[in-house]
Amino acid sequence: MQANIETILEYYNLDKTRLMDILWEVQQQQGFVSSEAVEALSKGLNMSSHDIRETLTFYHFFLDGPSGKHKIYLADTVIARMCGYAEVRAALEQACGCAFGAVDESGAFGLYDTNCIGLSDQEPAMMVDEVVFTRLTPEKVKDIITRLRQGASAEEVANPDRKDRRDAAYVDTLTSDNIRVRGPVFFKAGRDYPALLAQVLELLPDEVIEEVSLSGIRGRGGAGFPTGLKWRLGRDAEGEEKYVICNADEGEPGTFKDRVLLTRSPGDVLLGVIIAAWAIGSRQGIIYLRAEYWYLKEYLEQQIQAFHDAGLLGKQILGRDFDFDIRIQMGAGAYVCGDETALIESCEGKRGTPRIKPPYPIQQGYLGMPTCVNNVETFAAISRILEQGGAWFSAMGTDESTGTRLLSVSGDCEHPGIYETEWGITLDEVLKMAGAKEPMAVQVSGPSGECVSAEQDGSRLFCYSDLSCNGSLMIFDQSRNLLDIVENFLRFFVDESCGICVPCRVGGVNLYHKIRLINAGRGSSKDLDDIRSWGSLMRETSRCGLGTTAAKPLLTTLEKFSELYQQKMARPEGVLLASFDLEGALQGHEQARRTLVQEEKQ
Amino acid sequence: MSVRITIDGKEYKAGDGATLVDVAADNGVYIPTLCYKRGKPCLGTCRTCSVRVNGNVMAACTVPVADGMEVEVNEPEVANMRKMLVELLFSEGNHNCPSCEKSGRCELQAVGYELEMMVSRFPYRFPVRPREHAAKHIWLERDRCIFCQRCVQFIRDRETGQKIFSIDHRGSHASIEIDVKLADRMPPEQVREAARLCPVGCILEKGVGYDQPIGKRKFEIKSIRERALERERQ
Repeated sequence: MQANIETILEYYNLDKTRLMDILWEVQQQQGFVSSEAVEALSKGLNMSSHDIRETLTFYHFFLDGPSGKHKIYLADTVIARMCGYAEVRAALEQACGCAFGAVDESGAFGLYDTNCIGLSDQEPAMMVDEVVFTRLTPEKVKDIITRLRQGASAEEVANPDRKDRRDAAYVDTLTSDNIRVRGPVFFKAGRDYPALLAQVLELLPDEVIEEVSLSGIRGRGGAGFPTGLKWRLGRDAEGEEKYVICNADEGEPGTFKDRVLLTRSPGDVLLGVIIAAWAIGSRQGIIYLRAEYWYLKEYLEQQIQAFHDAGLLGKQILGRDFDFDIRIQMGAGAYVCGDETALIESCEGKRGTPRIKPPYPIQQGYLGMPTCVNNVETFAAISRILEQGGAWFSAMGTDESTGTRLLSVSGDCEHPGIYETEWGITLDEVLKMAGAKEPMAVQVSGPSGECVSAEQDGSRLFCYSDLSCNGSLMIFDQSRNLLDIVENFLRFFVDESCGICVPCRVGGVNLYHKIRLINAGRGSSKDLDDIRSWGSLMRETSRCGLGTTAAKPLLTTLEKFSELYQQKMARPEGVLLASFDLEGALQGHEQARRTLVQEEKQ
Repeated sequence: MSVRITIDGKEYKAGDGATLVDVAADNGVYIPTLCYKRGKPCLGTCRTCSVRVNGNVMAACTVPVADGMEVEVNEPEVANMRKMLVELLFSEGNHNCPSCEKSGRCELQAVGYELEMMVSRFPYRFPVRPREHAAKHIWLERDRCIFCQRCVQFIRDRETGQKIFSIDHRGSHASIEIDVKLADRMPPEQVREAARLCPVGCILEKGVGYDQPIGKRKFEIKSIRERALERERQ
């Protein structure tokens, strides 16, 4: 075992910034990262064993104890819960013979909850080892577990025709792309990448940046920072090295457009990354791929290889004085790594803790060097902007939100999937396209976004100054219990808070308890006041976007659907406050008494 | 180069890029801090120094001053936010000042007094987090940890530079840890440095405790506000 770890460490040149990759390899070889393995890594990397554990225990998919031969992660999302999640969960427990959060007696199966795995258009869905299964039913689950018990690997079950993992056909076997509406920018077949890159390299870097600025494109990750300006700052920043990072940590619940882009148009994304490298003067790029997308890894590596073979990556690209290469960095299960500074920390092998800004990554990012981080969709769009021209792109959309964007639509509609829409489209139009029936509410941009009313907000526009959607769009019809959904979103933020700052770490839990109190029918108007005040504290004082938005599910539904809260308010009888749980309070006393008696005995 | 900023409407001169919380202290304006230690890199974890900068709430320890910056420190809404953050910390852990070894020397307690906090408006959690006694000279009262990260970042093994203190897990499951092997190599003055650096009574030196009489303890002799403002004028 030690010998294996030494081989892994040697492969990574004892480089502690590659700790994420090192931990993944240890886990894949040994099933989990044991304390002996941590000791061996500690010696090899000149880090204390607890320093290794800081990274190891931060990420959801790193395991520090026996966790079953097959690790099964069922996505617990509000969309899954609308599609038969409960039955599938029960079937899994029955078939595996263990409860969630545990390993069965034989050690064959470990069952775990996980947040959205980017398959909201085909829920319920689960990850088993390195593959995914979608549109689950109790019967399907039973079959899968039977096959695994008989000795098949998860991949053999998911991929019966033995498609090559490096081909798109393999990804298509596991998932559907569900592209519903195509537009002018994305998913163009048969693009000639060598010719396109040759055309770009005719331009000076400054000219490339000007074209990007002219297009008016803003970052598609959600924040909407003007990409041309970011690249300009990256070009002007001083550093021995500069890096380009493609953020493929698509963690916002309900979004899956980056998965589909990486499946259908990986070349667009790679080309966009190479263009960025040319523009800012970078020699090394990273694609930060979320662990939920393991099944895309070998396919993307093959695509990168194909670019190498065509002379579009590597030394002297297309015969010019331009060297650039791309590596894939796997994440390990942390929503917060969607924040660009947390993502960079993760790329350096550390906990995914958002950094303090300033300095911004474009000045000091990966390994302290200027780093340009953009979203998958931004890079794909830029590959088209440089082909068709910035003016072509900016002619679409609205003045301040140019071009088109991809929406990942899920929930109560006839056609969940990917829609390319021009900015400026109304909510009503999107709902109609998707075939939404009797919609009540729409969650725009996932839990971190805004819950809007289909009735009141139908004429609102998708654009950065109104509904500035990050790509996630979940539709809920009249039959849904919106406050259950809010509770699920709050739990999500509690699960995913990194804990570095006080308001998010402590405040998030408090808000989660509040919505549970309200859903239990024990809330009062005082609780609603607290939610507003505590939510505002989190919004104003948190360190990163996770904390600043974590209260939004509550705050935005309180604004649009206050009657739902009013219906849930307790009508107290007698002198006690509704939120006061008399029995619970007395139980606490009894528990405390017993603990004290026990401590005294010891 | 020097710049002009205003704090609560009053104009001050400051060095361009100097840290706002220091600039304020140098000019007699107290902004409470828990994780920040002047002269050391900013940690930005406790957010207790939140102030309004050009209309936006920011942690003053993370803000380099720039010309024309308008800062609000004592505006009631943002002052209330700072107090709420301190109250959050009191509710998250078990901070029973009368029985705590750090009482009178605890920065959390001192800031609580400074902000005139009487009780936390948040529900107390009463967490049960096991103590860590394994090291020879140092122990952890985990339920007092406020995850400021001072020990993690600033106390390192003198020979190898490795982390002695660390955080396991994340979010509300986070837990302060100590590397026992490295901790046992800490020289006595480093043990004391770690205990002093801890803003609460989480990191404690074994064999000492309650060694100063009530009334003569650090923040009883001189308040945390006076210390923050005075040290810098010397």
